[in-house]
Amino acid sequence: MDVTLTVNGAQQTLQLDDPRVSLLDALRQRLDLTGTKKGCDHGQCGACTVIVNGRRINSCLTLAVMHDGDEITTIEGIGTPDNLAPLQRAFIKHDGFQCGYCTPGQIVSATAMLEELRQGWPSQLTGDLGAADLTDEEIRERMSGNICRCSCYPNIVDAIRDAAGETGSQAGGQPGARLAAEGAA
Amino acid sequence: MRQFDYSRAASPADAIGTDARIIAGGTNLLDLMKLQVETPDRLIDVNHVGLDRIERDGDGVRIGALVRNADCAADETVRRDWPLLSHAILAGASPQLRNRASTGGNLMQRTRCYYFYDLDAPCNKREPGSGCGAIGGINRIHAILGASESCIATYPGDMAVAMSALDAVVEVEGPNGRRDIPATEFHRLPGDTPERDNTLEPGEMILSVRLPAPLGGRHIYRKVRDRRSYAFALVSVAAVVAMDGGRMSNVRLAFGGVAHKPWRVPEAEALLEGQAPAPDLFDRAAEAVLDGARGQGHNDFKIPLLRRTLSAVLAEATEGAE
Amino acid sequence: MSEPIEVSLSHRMNFADKEDLLDRTTQGIIGTPMDRPEGPLKVSGTATYADEDHPPGTVYGWLVRSSISKGWVTGFNTRELRAMPGVLAVIRDKRMLRNPAQGQASKAPYQGPAEIFYKGQPIALVVAETFEQARDAAIKARADYDDRSEKGVFVPAEAKYEAPRSQQSSQGDLDAAMDGAAFAVDVEYHTPSMSHAAMEPHAAVAWWDGGSVTLRGSYQMLGSNKAELADSLGISPKKVRILSPYVGGGFGSKLGISHEGVAAAIAAQKLGRPVAVALHRRQQFETTIRRSESRQRVRLSCDAEGRMTGVGHEAWVSNLPAETFSEPVSQATPFTYEGENRKIGHHVGRLNITCAGSMRAPGEAIGVPVTEAAMDELAHAAGIDPVEFRLRNIPEKDPSSGRPFSSHRLADCLRRGAESFGWHNRQAPGARREGEWLIGMGVTSAIRVNMLEPSTARVILLPDGTARVETDMTDIGTGSYSILTQIAAEVLGLPADRVTTVLGDSDLPQSSGSGGSFGAASSGSSVMLAAKAVRQKLAKRMECDPDELTLKDGYAIAENRRRTLAEVLAGDTLQGTGTIKKGLTSLGHQQASWGAQFAEVAVSSVTGEVHVRRLAATFACGRILNAKTARSQCIGGMIFGIGQALHEKVETDARDGSFVNRDLAEYHVPANLDVPHIDIEFLDDRDPYANPMQAKGIGELACCGTAGAIVNAIANATGHRFRSFPVTLDKVLEKLG
Repeated sequence: MDVTLTVNGAQQTLQLDDPRVSLLDALRQRLDLTGTKKGCDHGQCGACTVIVNGRRINSCLTLAVMHDGDEITTIEGIGTPDNLAPLQRAFIKHDGFQCGYCTPGQIVSATAMLEELRQGWPSQLTGDLGAADLTDEEIRERMSGNICRCSCYPNIVDAIRDAAGETGSQAGGQPGARLAAEGAA
Repeated sequence: MRQFDYSRAASPADAIGTDARIIAGGTNLLDLMKLQVETPDRLIDVNHVGLDRIERDGDGVRIGALVRNADCAADETVRRDWPLLSHAILAGASPQLRNRASTGGNLMQRTRCYYFYDLDAPCNKREPGSGCGAIGGINRIHAILGASESCIATYPGDMAVAMSALDAVVEVEGPNGRRDIPATEFHRLPGDTPERDNTLEPGEMILSVRLPAPLGGRHIYRKVRDRRSYAFALVSVAAVVAMDGGRMSNVRLAFGGVAHKPWRVPEAEALLEGQAPAPDLFDRAAEAVLDGARGQGHNDFKIPLLRRTLSAVLAEATEGAE
Repeated sequence: MSEPIEVSLSHRMNFADKEDLLDRTTQGIIGTPMDRPEGPLKVSGTATYADEDHPPGTVYGWLVRSSISKGWVTGFNTRELRAMPGVLAVIRDKRMLRNPAQGQASKAPYQGPAEIFYKGQPIALVVAETFEQARDAAIKARADYDDRSEKGVFVPAEAKYEAPRSQQSSQGDLDAAMDGAAFAVDVEYHTPSMSHAAMEPHAAVAWWDGGSVTLRGSYQMLGSNKAELADSLGISPKKVRILSPYVGGGFGSKLGISHEGVAAAIAAQKLGRPVAVALHRRQQFETTIRRSESRQRVRLSCDAEGRMTGVGHEAWVSNLPAETFSEPVSQATPFTYEGENRKIGHHVGRLNITCAGSMRAPGEAIGVPVTEAAMDELAHAAGIDPVEFRLRNIPEKDPSSGRPFSSHRLADCLRRGAESFGWHNRQAPGARREGEWLIGMGVTSAIRVNMLEPSTARVILLPDGTARVETDMTDIGTGSYSILTQIAAEVLGLPADRVTTVLGDSDLPQSSGSGGSFGAASSGSSVMLAAKAVRQKLAKRMECDPDELTLKDGYAIAENRRRTLAEVLAGDTLQGTGTIKKGLTSLGHQQASWGAQFAEVAVSSVTGEVHVRRLAATFACGRILNAKTARSQCIGGMIFGIGQALHEKVETDARDGSFVNRDLAEYHVPANLDVPHIDIEFLDDRDPYANPMQAKGIGELACCGTAGAIVNAIANATGHRFRSFPVTLDKVLEKLG
């Protein structure tokens, strides 16, 4: 079966011989986009976070065949070593990682999180369910779907706060935007 | 994961009345399929059938089965009129999972019992007749209410607990047409057929969940768990309480993490209805909720935990209100 | 290009360092909070970990789990599996491992997939063309067993305990001291089995070229891993190359060669194709290693003035039969506090559950929180402030061996930390309340022995005046890339961006590897020595004494001469090799890293939930090589402590020893919301006995005590002591009544 995905702005058709292939494994094994990590394969760690049609999801818990026609942004589409996004730079500056394995997921997740915040989505900490401010507690809660065993959480919070302050909620770029194409140009 | 046939439904009709397993968000089904706890031969993908809107329905709303948990929680109307539902959804899972998980799929979420997940352990839910690993095993997260000799698993979700409290109705369609299932009757007790989580019949599909007119009052969802976020409930309490001249009215209570279904006890609500809030009254309500509660050893603490949490929630709900 | 000019320096640490080289160099990069050089790769997803960058034609293996807890495999449905789509091989090779190698083993661990010692032990590898096919087939694998599970021992209470003579000691008469003491505590604490749960599950890709195997894996100590893999396969270490350029966390779980590496190598040899084997998260939990559970009896006594007279620490831990490792629980106890009467006891029980091994600060990570909680109990009994009580009992020299200490700053850490934290605001137990929340503060000392291991590195100064550092050291998140770059840059007087550090290849000079917090000190010293050898050569070319040579910003300066390094090199390449070895200073002086940690918690009087509101620590661990990565290591270690104090526990089914909560949904490592702001302060410190850099271990120190500070804070908040970790809400509820 053919599955057409727009990954980081580039449309590509994947010939899938097996419907069991997760979106995560399709990215890692079939498209050689190994920036998206497999930490648990069961939606329990967030290392595999990608943005699909503007929403952050766990790519391990969805099948590649279910995404025919979808737009996907992976860490490779957020920024490249020579052209890093503000969030990526902030993660370096604040040492928001150690081993680095959860890091792509953290950054993709934070990119979408800032957009969710901009849209006024509440979290479990938003008592009145109104629009929340970018407080440290809100960042912590909204990033709790990304486990970091090296436990850089305080630095991750610092990085996100810093990057959000730098460019407002656009710190990680627009989810789903064609960042890779621009970055690579 | 076992091999299966995959197809994409263009409309609900494609999925209704088939023997295929319906996949929506997939966040629980694929989790279980990878471990072969679930081994469907056919999957039908309903992500493109519509049913993804929240619409007015008289004084209430109708939430489509494909409305994502994140969208439901963030919906302006839900936030304003049924904040309990938003709070409950936001207390569950992670943002990534809530972005993908659907309203219908979340109702279909299966237990987190360790032994259900372990193919080499006995589990009557996974393999009827094989026994229950949790009884006599590690049962810290298990049921204290409505359990059976066959199964002590809990329904792990949060959304359905709020829906039970809010008198929601699950609208389903099967080969024989449509029917309504009250949210309180959607999930069932395990009895000697724990392999059945709910009352959905073969070939039926959840189309939507209807919330009746807003109840007003204060809405509180308090979830008690082992870490502050991204963990299942040990006990959760969903409460709606309005105050009318110093007396409680429109009281709705439901509990998660304690039974094979969201637990609701009308007798407890009746005890409170029309009464002035008082600690001993809260205790009596808790006693009514816990009537018949039984621990399995590791989960004995859930009994006092539920009692204390309910009292605190009722105190908070009624504090300073007229 | 001409052959490099080779120079070398080897140094055995027999005497205290007097040279202070890193305090006399002038580049000014050492110690700074330099960004990680590999940062741009890690944040862009272009750093490649083990299960990435597959050679063409790679196929996939999946390990099969034993469904019994003890016994033998007698048959297997190999034929049925081979008939499944894509299946290439079902491998049950006697060289496969029972459990991973222990750290620094340098030889094969217990091998053989036929005899079962614990539930979930790998008994076969299924290889298929695709990941999906291999996973499916492995789950369909069925073994026949001679099942002896009923003879398995699954709970510590039923285990037979050994008491190795070398691990028992006593001096004076502890019983008499306890009897005659003004105040004494005799308490038993329990800590559970824990799991490392590094974010990258163990993974390996193996391929052969003739009789040589290359393994891309996720390992911490490539020198010993090479030997372990070679011994496991029955080939010469010269035929083995291991690549681990990036390691997605280790914490001790990747010290030794593991199932996936050996199985991948065997399969790749049999099939003549590259084979990738990644452990599923459930397999990581179940088949790699755990931190042993422990039962600890602590006896402490003091006189009426709060001066300690007795210290007893006896521990009971476990492991699989025939494993030599056992968690050295009381490692720091002999030298931390005063007391003429002492007793150390160590007991190892044999259990049929997942292998026990090193996990971040083996020993102190669980021993220190317990002794520090008991110290708090004694301070409370004596009516003395816990910080003051500790200060009164810090010894002048090691009270067990009589040895002097090397740099010892515990008292400074306690005083400084207490002041920064606002310790004076601490109230009586149970006195502070905010709504339903009970607020408390706790303190702990942090202690971790300091070690040095043999390590070799190469520093190559190229004709253009840039340098390359080469060693088989790994960076498991610890910051090796950063500090080794900084050390070479500092000694050679180069801006950091003119130094490239290449790690994680076993063909490079053998380092200490990453473990025991000795990695930075050991590999760093070897890099410093290698660079120093090059520096000496440069001095010769500048015709000056090395002490008179200034190297800065790529220039060599002596007297009034200032030349670029390229000019000095004149087309030559200088290759320095440095080797550090431990020597007499590790025997003559008791060496440790020190710290004081403070916690503020809120305990719900309704639900028993515990939230950590504040953590702060002051550490003294010799020279800080990179202020940023050092701080991150400390933060990470302390958050490990949060998990240990509040969440983490391997739940073992007493009926079959299975690890029931073997996933990240039910084994709760801390999530972002569980973690408050953390303040870290380092005292300006040097330890000349430690190594020529005068730096000491950091990464483990931070988790040695945190859980103690947290339980002490819970006691202060609630007025109740909790002697069983983790302090989950059910335990709190029981006490709250």
